[in-house]
Amino acid sequence: MSERVAIVGVGWAGFRPSTPYQSYKELMYEAAVRAYADAGVDPRRDIETFVTVSEDFHEGTSIFDEYTPDQLGGALKPVHTIGGDGLHGLATGYMLVRTGRFSLVTVEAHSKASNILTLPYITAYAQDPVLNRPLRLNPEYIAGLEMHRYLYETDTTPEQCAAVVVKNKRNALLNPLASFAADLTLDEVLNGPPVAWPLGRHEVAPLADGAVVMVLASEEKARLLTDKPVWIRGIGWCNGPASLESRDWADAPHIREAARLAYRQAGIRDPFQEIDFAEVDDTYAFKELQHLEALGICLPGEAGLLTEQGATEPDGEFPVNVSGGSLGVGHLLDGTGLARALEVVLQLRGEAGPRQLEDVEVGLVQSWRGVPTTSGVVAVLSN
Amino acid sequence: MSKQIKDFRGTPLRESDFQEGKVLYVHDALRGEYAWDTGIAIGHYLAGLKKGVILGARCDHCRKIVVPPRTVCEWCFRPLTEYVPLQDTGTVNTFSICYVTWDVKRIEKPEIPAVIEIDGASPGHGILHKLGDVNPEEVTIGMRVQAVWKPAEEREGAITDILYWRPLKEVKKR
Amino acid sequence: MGMRKVAVVGAGMTKFVRRAQETGKELSWEAVRMALDSCEMTIDDIEAVCMGTAPDAFDGLHMKAEYLSDGAGAWLKPYMRSYVGGGTGIFAPIQGWYHVASGLFDTCLVVCEEKMSSFYPHAQAAFLTIFDHTTERALKPNLLWIFALEMNRYMHTYGVRKEDIALVSVLHKRNAADHPCALLGEPDITVEDVLNSEVLAWPVQRYDVSPVSDGAVAIVLAAEHVARRITDKPVWIEGVGWCLDTAYWTNRDLCYPRYVEVAARMAYEMAGITEPRKQIDIAEPYDPFDYKALHHLEGLQLADRGQAVQLYIDGTAARTGNMPVCPSGGLLGVGNPIAAAGLMKIAELFWQLRGEAGARQVPGNPRRGVAQAWGDLMQVGTVVVMGR
Ligand SMILES: [Zn+2]
Repeated sequence: MSERVAIVGVGWAGFRPSTPYQSYKELMYEAAVRAYADAGVDPRRDIETFVTVSEDFHEGTSIFDEYTPDQLGGALKPVHTIGGDGLHGLATGYMLVRTGRFSLVTVEAHSKASNILTLPYITAYAQDPVLNRPLRLNPEYIAGLEMHRYLYETDTTPEQCAAVVVKNKRNALLNPLASFAADLTLDEVLNGPPVAWPLGRHEVAPLADGAVVMVLASEEKARLLTDKPVWIRGIGWCNGPASLESRDWADAPHIREAARLAYRQAGIRDPFQEIDFAEVDDTYAFKELQHLEALGICLPGEAGLLTEQGATEPDGEFPVNVSGGSLGVGHLLDGTGLARALEVVLQLRGEAGPRQLEDVEVGLVQSWRGVPTTSGVVAVLSN
Repeated sequence: MSKQIKDFRGTPLRESDFQEGKVLYVHDALRGEYAWDTGIAIGHYLAGLKKGVILGARCDHCRKIVVPPRTVCEWCFRPLTEYVPLQDTGTVNTFSICYVTWDVKRIEKPEIPAVIEIDGASPGHGILHKLGDVNPEEVTIGMRVQAVWKPAEEREGAITDILYWRPLKEVKKR
Repeated sequence: MGMRKVAVVGAGMTKFVRRAQETGKELSWEAVRMALDSCEMTIDDIEAVCMGTAPDAFDGLHMKAEYLSDGAGAWLKPYMRSYVGGGTGIFAPIQGWYHVASGLFDTCLVVCEEKMSSFYPHAQAAFLTIFDHTTERALKPNLLWIFALEMNRYMHTYGVRKEDIALVSVLHKRNAADHPCALLGEPDITVEDVLNSEVLAWPVQRYDVSPVSDGAVAIVLAAEHVARRITDKPVWIEGVGWCLDTAYWTNRDLCYPRYVEVAARMAYEMAGITEPRKQIDIAEPYDPFDYKALHHLEGLQLADRGQAVQLYIDGTAARTGNMPVCPSGGLLGVGNPIAAAGLMKIAELFWQLRGEAGARQVPGNPRRGVAQAWGDLMQVGTVVVMGR
């Protein structure tokens, strides 16, 4: 077993609302070349195993893993795919290195959301085909139901949710990879068109195309390759209740459990004190608040207050989504979690440019797979 | 079998169970529609087909020409930037004589899918297509074939711009 | 540093049937319950769950594994779905292996489920979408094409005869007659029956093909220190290997599955196997079509190229032979609910190596077995070596 695992190379491509000039293979290739150059490795010679993340219905191709090896340098090598979020792929790479059998692993995830013409239908097909689908509702109604119950139980206000949108889109102004940066007022967000009341249009992360590739290494290899390794200190993942009929609409117990696993590995007892900043899933604005609470950063009902008071601003006590989050950067479907991890890596290396946080040593990244799932991942990274 | 297990679950149903209403079900037809970006390499390939040309790509590092073209060589991971026009003739690498359609409908006149190694590409480098204008019994591995194109004005930049491949009657010198 | 040893300690499976009344969740739950019962564990003893299930298109369900999660026992547990097409049924236990070998978990449940009958009118049509959307799908390719193209190339390259390949179907379907979960066990089937069956896509005929089915299989994995507490007959995962070849399948020679060879060599190296033909007692190669078992035996280095059929001609592959092949009955006989069919092979080795295979038991106290699956565009090999 190799206990410590580091991220030694990162690469990205796209991060735009559409990428008509590149196929998905070419998008992945660009991200891969950048990651390998960053890590200083030749994939054909050095990388021992590859993990890709995708969902068939997002690709419009069944058994999509067929089409993944060539553009990553993985042909005729151990390559496999995870049906999950990019952070599930990161967790997989982490486990593979820890077995002691692999010292260099590639992890990839991407989005070609712009190529899906009927995405609301596709998302709806994730619901129970007998109990829920026949109702023919736009699947974002599930987010509306969750938000309403969350506001009701925690006394969080719509204004506090809107403050998340204002903060994240403004943070995105400093991120060249962000497609949806904006300088909005609270009123503009609150008065925007509703999607599934109380959820408004501005509170839903818009979609983007993009690919992210990371190279993971054992401690021994990491020391040889880089003087700026980013360590995976802990990573946990969890599924909550699968059906709409059995869930707690206000809570995110799957994130709480995933965080417990990650914190246990990382030896973290008080996340607010021991972690410097976080990239947290904000597919819907209220989710950032609900997730912060499930992560134990604060108590239920407190995340909205912290946000209102500016504690989660880049210059606040606990900066959240300095990148702009999915609200500002754009949601990358299965690539979302890895895109958020990319920001944490850049911050911990001190390479985040004008949005660089000062003196950061430990960062948190969390993902959620979107409606109707209760599936998420939490990782603690440090420099 | 594991001796502890006495009762294996799983309840088989018959088609008649549905027809007679003994078992209820929900029917749904999916609406999955996509517009895939063809990108650089396949974009070139399709543009070539529209002009009646099959394009490959050359890897100088591996010294080979592959088809369809791609932007990276999967063996050496070097970028491929040079497109090479290939012949529209080739050799049958393998074939089948297929009596069912993709959605399992029986057909009387069989389809003949084949992997065709394209002349001008490196040996063993072929594409999937169909054979036509040939008695299925006379098809052999190693048979020489030529593309039958759609008329130029009907081509749209798709793999179906080649209607099928037929036996090469004689070798023409160009 | 040494690797953590991982054992299989329990297994369960549903019947493989053409069309099951149970939903995918219910099939998963039945298999999980049997697997846990078989080793006297409860779901509370399980620390993580791995799911293997083939394309979402079969079920018309996006993110199928999320839907299946509660049936698979993953409620409030770490849960992940791995995916390598037809190779998934042997990959899922590899995924379970790295969950435990990583040191993060001491126990892991591996569940493989398939419900192919939901697709209307026939599951095979779902396979149109496995082909490249731009360069191939417009030709309306049939899944049978790629098998027929590969089988033809194999027969042509090595001069293997169809009447000999039919021996594979005969042996496996006869073996399956002894499997209580089998869909197509046929104790009296003959070579003539296979050769006279309907031609689907020459050279592929009806009886060359395994039947689409519904079913689920589950196994329980445990780290060494836990495994020894659970059972006095753990079966160790001694080696794992997997390999994915290029997607450009028309640029490769289909006569030989080099990706299976790479995966097998990886697994053998880990298991310390240098002479697989001597050191392996039972083989469960992937057999969705009869010629595929031969192809894979060659990739597994258990026969020379083009020579695997000799194992069937001279009786070596029979249950009483020197190298029994698919004593379970394989996919050809037990059925082919894709991911579940692969994990069925792992369950079979588990039962065979513990001497619990009943009427199917291979004589001579077999010590070590290899199971293998295949998938994607004739592209992926997944291999697990198990021993006691
Ligand atoms: Zn090359």
